[in-house]
Amino acid sequence: MAIAAFGHATGSGPGHKQKAPGNKSAKVALLLLAPGLMYLAIFFVAPLFALVITSLQTVDYSTGFPVYSYGLEFANYVNVVSQYGEQIGRSFIYAFFATIAALLISYPLAYFIGVKARRYPLLQALMLTLVIAPFFISFLLRTFAWKQIFSNESWIVTTLQSLGILASDQYLVGTPFLVIFGLTYNFIPFMTLPLYTSLERLDIRYLEAGADLYANPRKVFRKVTIPLSMPGIVSGTLLTFIPIAGDYVNASGLFLGSTETAMLGNVVESKFLKSYELPTASALSVILMGAIMLLVTFYVRRSGTDDLL
Amino acid sequence: MRKFSFGRYALPVYSVLAFVYLLIPIAFTFFFSFNDYRRSNITWRGFTLDNWTSVCEAQGVCAAFATSISIGLISTLIATTLGTMIAIALVRYRFKFRSTISLLLFLPMATPELVLGAGLAAQFFNFGVEMGFTTIVIAHVMFCLSFVVVTVKARVASLDPALEEAGTDLYGSPSQVFWKITFPLLLPGIMAAALLSFALSFDDFIITYFNSGPTETFPKFVYTAAAKGLPGEANVIGIGVFFLAIAIVVTIQIRSSIKAKRLAAMK
Repeated sequence: MAIAAFGHATGSGPGHKQKAPGNKSAKVALLLLAPGLMYLAIFFVAPLFALVITSLQTVDYSTGFPVYSYGLEFANYVNVVSQYGEQIGRSFIYAFFATIAALLISYPLAYFIGVKARRYPLLQALMLTLVIAPFFISFLLRTFAWKQIFSNESWIVTTLQSLGILASDQYLVGTPFLVIFGLTYNFIPFMTLPLYTSLERLDIRYLEAGADLYANPRKVFRKVTIPLSMPGIVSGTLLTFIPIAGDYVNASGLFLGSTETAMLGNVVESKFLKSYELPTASALSVILMGAIMLLVTFYVRRSGTDDLL
Repeated sequence: MRKFSFGRYALPVYSVLAFVYLLIPIAFTFFFSFNDYRRSNITWRGFTLDNWTSVCEAQGVCAAFATSISIGLISTLIATTLGTMIAIALVRYRFKFRSTISLLLFLPMATPELVLGAGLAAQFFNFGVEMGFTTIVIAHVMFCLSFVVVTVKARVASLDPALEEAGTDLYGSPSQVFWKITFPLLLPGIMAAALLSFALSFDDFIITYFNSGPTETFPKFVYTAAAKGLPGEANVIGIGVFFLAIAIVVTIQIRSSIKAKRLAAMK
C-alpha cells in the first residue's frame, strides 16, 4: 500500500510521456492542481511552520499559570534536549533495533514470496494478502493483543518465570524488549512489501551467472542478491524507521510500555494534550522532523538512490 | 537452481512461521471477542457469545464506530477527488515547478504522523479553531491525499491517450470524453485509492488523537478503553472489520483474475 507509493514516486522521473504544452492546457492543469496543492499548503506546509513558531514561544509564569506569547526563545530547544534527552535517544535507539529486527525477519520471507514462489502466482497473491492482513485489524487492537499474550498472568510469562529466565517479580509488559517487539510487529509489512517489490524483479539469471563463476551461495547472496535488492532495503528501512521513531502507542503504559520506556512521542503526547505545554511539545516534534529529514537525505545520498525524493 | 536455496525446506518452513507470527494477534483478537470479560479483557474468563449478540452494549463503542465510518467516508470522498485531479494533471500536462510539486506530494508520506498531528493541532490552536469532527476530517484528507495521487497516477499513466482522441474524433465534447471514456477507464485505480484512503482514515489514531477534541473515533475509543480495560465488544468490531476487508480484497482479486482469463481467451 504505502509501499507501492514509494515505488511509483521513484518512477516519476523527467522521462515521462507528456503532451505538448499549450496555453489552454496549462490553464486546465492549473485548475486540476490548484485545489489539492492549496489544501496541502494550508494543512501540511503551514502547520510545519506553526510548529516551529510555537516551539519558539516564550512563557511567563508571573500570573501563577503559564502564559505563552510569540517570541524567539531558542532556549526552549536547549531545555527540551537537556530535559528529555533520554526519551529522544530512546526513540531513535528503539527505532534502530526494531528496523533491524524487521529487516532480518522480512528478508527471507520477501525472498520466498518474490523469488521462490514466482511460478505460483496464486500462492504469491495469497501470501501477499497474509503479509498485509495485520493492516486490516485496528493498529491498537493488534498491539493490545500482544499485551494480552505477554500479560503478567499469561502462560508465556509464568513459564519463563518457572524456568528461571525471568525472576518471579519480573514481567515482560513495560520492558524495552516488549516495546521493541511491538514496534517491530506493527510496522513489519512496511518492510516486507518494498523488499518483495525489489526481489520480485530480481533476474534469477544473475544469480546463476554468479554460481557459474564459482561463487558459493553465500557469496552470490552477498555480492549479487543484496546489491540488487538495495532499493527495497533502502525504502523498507526508511518506511519502517520513520513511523517507529514517532510512535507513542507501543511505548505507552496503556499498551506495551511503562514510564521507563517512554519515547519522544509519549512526551509530545502528554505535553501537548495533558499539560498543554505547547512550546515543549512543538520543539520536540521539530527535533524529530529535523532528525528524520537529515536521516532521509543522508541515507538516500549514501545508498545512491537519489531518485527516491 | 537448487544451488541457491538455503536448504530445500528451510525457507518454506521459515515463511510459515513468519505468517504465524503475523497472524497471532489477529487470532487473539478473535478469541478474546468470545471472552466473558468482566472488568478487563486481559485474561481468559470463559466462553460467551454476549459480546457478539449485543455489540452496542459496551458504552460508546458503536457511536465511536459510526463516527469513524462517517469520517472515513467524507475524507475519502474529498481526498479521492482532489487526488485524482492532481494525478491527471501530473501525468497529462507539463508545467513548471514539477519537481517542487512532486516533493510537496512526497513529503507528507515521509513525515512522521506525530509531526503531522502535532503541527496541525498547533496551527488549529494558534488560530483558536475548536477541535472536533471537522478538524479530524481536515487532518485525514491531508494525509490521504498523497496516497491517492500515487495510486491513481499509476492508472493514468497506463491509459492510452488514443482512446480519448478517438472520442474527440467522434465529436465527443471534452466533458463527454471525460465522463464516458477517461473516468470509466480510471475507475479501478480510483476505487483502489478510495479503499486505501478509507482504510488509512478508519485506522488512524496518532494524528486523530491530536486533532479530535471531544470527538470519539473507534481507535480513540480503544486507546482510552485500554486504560480501564478494553471491552470484548471492541474486539467484535475489530474482527468484523477485518473479515469485511479480507472479503473485499479476495473479491477484487477473484474478479481481476476472471477478467484476465477472459482477456486471455479473447486473444
